[in-house]
Amino acid sequence: MNRREFFSFKSSQTPPSEGLKVTRRTNTGLDAYTATWNVDDRLHLLRRAMFGPSQADLEAFKGLNLEQSVDKLLDTSKISIDPPINNYDKVYPDADVAYGQTWVNAPVNFNIEFARVNSMKAWLWSLAANQTATVYEKMLLFWHNHFAVELAAVPFTSAYYYYYKVVMDYSMGNFKTFTQQITVDPAMLYYLNGRLNTKNAPDENYARELQELFTLGKGPESQYSEEDVKAAARVLTGFNINVLTTPVSSIFQAARHDSTDKTFSDFYGNKTIKGKTGITAGTDELKELLDMIFQKEEVSKFICRRLYRYFVYYKIDDNAENQVIAPLAKIFRDNNYEIKPVLKALFMSEHFFDTWNRSCIIKDPLTHSVSFVRQFQIAPPTQNNPELLYKYYGFYAGFTALNQMDLGDPPSVAGWEAWYQLPLYNRSWITSDSLPKRNELQDYLLWIGHKFDASYTMKVDVWKITQGFSEPNNADKLIDEACHFLLPMVLGSQQIADLKEILLPGGIPDYNWTEEYDAAVNPTYPNHKTALDSVTQKLQYLYKRIMNLSEYQLS
Amino acid sequence: MKRRTFIKAAAAGVSLPISLNGMQLRSVQNNAFLSALGKRSAKGRVLVIIQLNGGNDGLNMVVPIDQYSNLSKARSNVLLSESAVLKLKNSNKTGLHPKMGGAQRLFDKDKMSIVQSVGYPQPDFSHFRSMDIWMTASNSDQVLTTGWMGRYLDTQYQNFPQEYPNANMKDPLALQIGPLVSLAFMGPKVNMGMAVTNPSSFYDLLDNAVGSVPATPAGDELAYIRLLAQQTNEYADVIKAAASKGTNKSTKYPTGTRGGNLAEQLKIVARLIHGGLQTPVYMVSLGGFDTHSAQVETSDTKEGWHGDLLSQLSIAMEAFQDDLELLGISDRVVSMTFSEFGRRIQSNGSTGTDHGAAAPLMVFGDAVQPGIIGNNPSIPSTTTVNDNVPMQFDFRQVYGSILQDWFELSANVVKGILGQDFNTLPIFKNNLSHIETFADYMTQISLGSIYPNPARDKTEVEYRTDGGGILQLSLYDPLGRLLQVFFSKSHSQGEYRYELDLRGLKPGNYILQLRSSLKSETQVLQVI
Repeated sequence: MNRREFFSFKSSQTPPSEGLKVTRRTNTGLDAYTATWNVDDRLHLLRRAMFGPSQADLEAFKGLNLEQSVDKLLDTSKISIDPPINNYDKVYPDADVAYGQTWVNAPVNFNIEFARVNSMKAWLWSLAANQTATVYEKMLLFWHNHFAVELAAVPFTSAYYYYYKVVMDYSMGNFKTFTQQITVDPAMLYYLNGRLNTKNAPDENYARELQELFTLGKGPESQYSEEDVKAAARVLTGFNINVLTTPVSSIFQAARHDSTDKTFSDFYGNKTIKGKTGITAGTDELKELLDMIFQKEEVSKFICRRLYRYFVYYKIDDNAENQVIAPLAKIFRDNNYEIKPVLKALFMSEHFFDTWNRSCIIKDPLTHSVSFVRQFQIAPPTQNNPELLYKYYGFYAGFTALNQMDLGDPPSVAGWEAWYQLPLYNRSWITSDSLPKRNELQDYLLWIGHKFDASYTMKVDVWKITQGFSEPNNADKLIDEACHFLLPMVLGSQQIADLKEILLPGGIPDYNWTEEYDAAVNPTYPNHKTALDSVTQKLQYLYKRIMNLSEYQLS
Repeated sequence: MKRRTFIKAAAAGVSLPISLNGMQLRSVQNNAFLSALGKRSAKGRVLVIIQLNGGNDGLNMVVPIDQYSNLSKARSNVLLSESAVLKLKNSNKTGLHPKMGGAQRLFDKDKMSIVQSVGYPQPDFSHFRSMDIWMTASNSDQVLTTGWMGRYLDTQYQNFPQEYPNANMKDPLALQIGPLVSLAFMGPKVNMGMAVTNPSSFYDLLDNAVGSVPATPAGDELAYIRLLAQQTNEYADVIKAAASKGTNKSTKYPTGTRGGNLAEQLKIVARLIHGGLQTPVYMVSLGGFDTHSAQVETSDTKEGWHGDLLSQLSIAMEAFQDDLELLGISDRVVSMTFSEFGRRIQSNGSTGTDHGAAAPLMVFGDAVQPGIIGNNPSIPSTTTVNDNVPMQFDFRQVYGSILQDWFELSANVVKGILGQDFNTLPIFKNNLSHIETFADYMTQISLGSIYPNPARDKTEVEYRTDGGGILQLSLYDPLGRLLQVFFSKSHSQGEYRYELDLRGLKPGNYILQLRSSLKSETQVLQVI
């Protein structure tokens, strides 16, 4: 709506709701994508399903067709992840945990917790950076955002790890079981006051977010009432945490449970959950509560909309709602809320591969930092130096936090704004503050590098990526392949000419690059040393320039 | 006195005492400050919005001292000791949290207006919805994607961003101190705000490509990023220049890291304004107000989480105002606090409070008409977990007052921005348009006794208006939801009785509200 239209409202009217209008549209749906499976399709799939495919990832998927590729992305059978470790012992000695060993089963120690928090956050970044060739790690972020818990609000770091362990265990599993597990997770019971929710003093914090943020959402079809929030709170009374166990555990205290009947609004068909007594009352009533909530189709639609915004595009028009979300939600329900069938249908759909839906996601800060590291194969320090390794992870975790994504500490229980806030959605990742910082990081590691200690300086070696291309001594081919790999959009001829100017200044003939490159990679050439310096510098400028393009922020 | 006679009297230079909640105010004509300010235009004026994230417990910030006996029944485990509450000048009914000495001094130096019980009809208890409602100035059931400040800026700076910066406006239209830009700044086309964490340091962005983009979603996103890159480069220089030219003079800013974050943000704002930046709107924020549990320390209820936050707020407010005064720019700046909602009247078992409805907000600066607007909320003698502070003023009345009286927009333009007409409040003392609002404000209304109360089926209420005008009588449930409007009609001066039909109401507490254009009175009605 333009200004003129805005002011032309009759004074008695309120401005109409300005939904997200999509003026142009596509009408593809969930039918399987049948076009010839090509390299662009593969790149699109891996860019969306991973944090930034490396050249090796592309190679690993090369011989596979679409279905094989999607099955590979969904195969989590071989994944095993070690928990975060004591990387801090040299500065803050931990009496309970040996250096290099995990602290997640150690007693809470408030003199050490802050060091464990840093370890936890560095570790969270490392999961994405050490991504397997699956969508698993990308789903971890999805659920970490969905069932958001703030580490800053939970004093027991190991409890936070076990919250994240629930996310890891269920991120590709059953959403309903996941919701049940997260409801009684000690960190969640702490974070949203479930531990304080008793029959004499009901605390409705979790009961509200369970419906508003975790299952039903706030769409027009979600019509639960304030009374439903209160009734759900009473169902959930009696759960508590036991801080005397290691790690902190959840318990149910029947004496604190409200054993009267709970009646819900007509949105839930005036359902009554019979009040129960005894030690299983909490679990039994919780199960009934979730059965009731998951009866509502809106649950499946809400989650599918969130997946759509995460993997496809943030604007959902009528076609996307009817042809993609609705059938996807049906698959979700028909499979008893198993997550994998939904992902498989989405990743194999013509809608997902529609050219219309490509390159239109703005990289979140984690995807930005991890894809940079993976694309340029930045070498981490040696694994047998936990302190240094976690400094390296922590460097990026800190940078990602500076760019609005503090892993482990989402801004609120609603997660990051980019995944829920109208109308900007993922555009809010890009601000006058964050965009310069993204560029600054790239340039810093291309040119200067970060010196951690005498043994390790982290710096981009431009030769690694360059030697992954087919004919790097051919200027046109190098530029073409580098852009194809690093950018999801085709550049205009002027932009390409600007890049070529870096390799061949002043428009000198192409063979100059070939000669100089060949000399740079062949130590027997008499001008090898000067050519090596010159080509290295030109490659640095080339990649810098490519990454400084706005296109680099897209996926 | 009728409005017309009042204006005449004021014009003749007669000094009239005006009673504003028992405070004696001088008439507009006598105020030297106003005549000085009257010569200024709205140009150069700055609004600083202080966002308190999470839902601020208004009853624990601006304390209704005359409600203590009922408060102590409803929230004894979080309630401040009555003797600890800070007294405000000329008011023995209303006080501030003991940690808000700075705010108390601002009030006592006539730099602050407190607006009681600000909210909106049909309150939403979700943080995220309620925040959107405040940011976009929408109705409770309406989703808008533009912000109230974005729409305001769009009326002043048309064709942003294409034609900006230009000779008339070289500077950013709105600045948020922090990494994210608020929805409040979202304009019809683009967000009109800019995020800054360190005004002295911007990294140059190379991509100045302005070529065409494909007509696809990817093209839309690309155009957005390019636009942002371009704006950042264009504005980086002016911000850096202002940051280096500007300075801070107050010694009241806290030192060290503890609790200094909001103060740090305001310090940047003061420095940029002093450095000559013409940006008319700034936003800063303080988070952590979602005090479901451990809001206070049980051993001493002024201590604890909420007290810490209010202390940070109060210190930052006082230091900022002090700085502006020392820098000689305090006449150009007003600041407003807000939060997405207040909290329940009744506390919970975790020494905390749950999501509520209306709450007080503070506006401070030289140009503010000092005092308290509105009455203390009336606390029922018996409360349930559902009971909320009902709203006396719509938050859009505050916005409207800022737009009309601080930014000097015409009532029509303000209506365009807010979507409907809202009566302004006497928050500012800056120009003659206030004579009307003062006159209206003088017109007292009162909601007298309800008999019988408790009642079944029907009851009768007495009310009175001194000056006449349109009066509205409405019934709210304890959650603040409007149930019924009994009447909304013109009255002449006098006393009235009205019989209320209570059939169909479930037993429980209800709030009966009588409103004129600027005043509201409430009584608790109990149905049995």
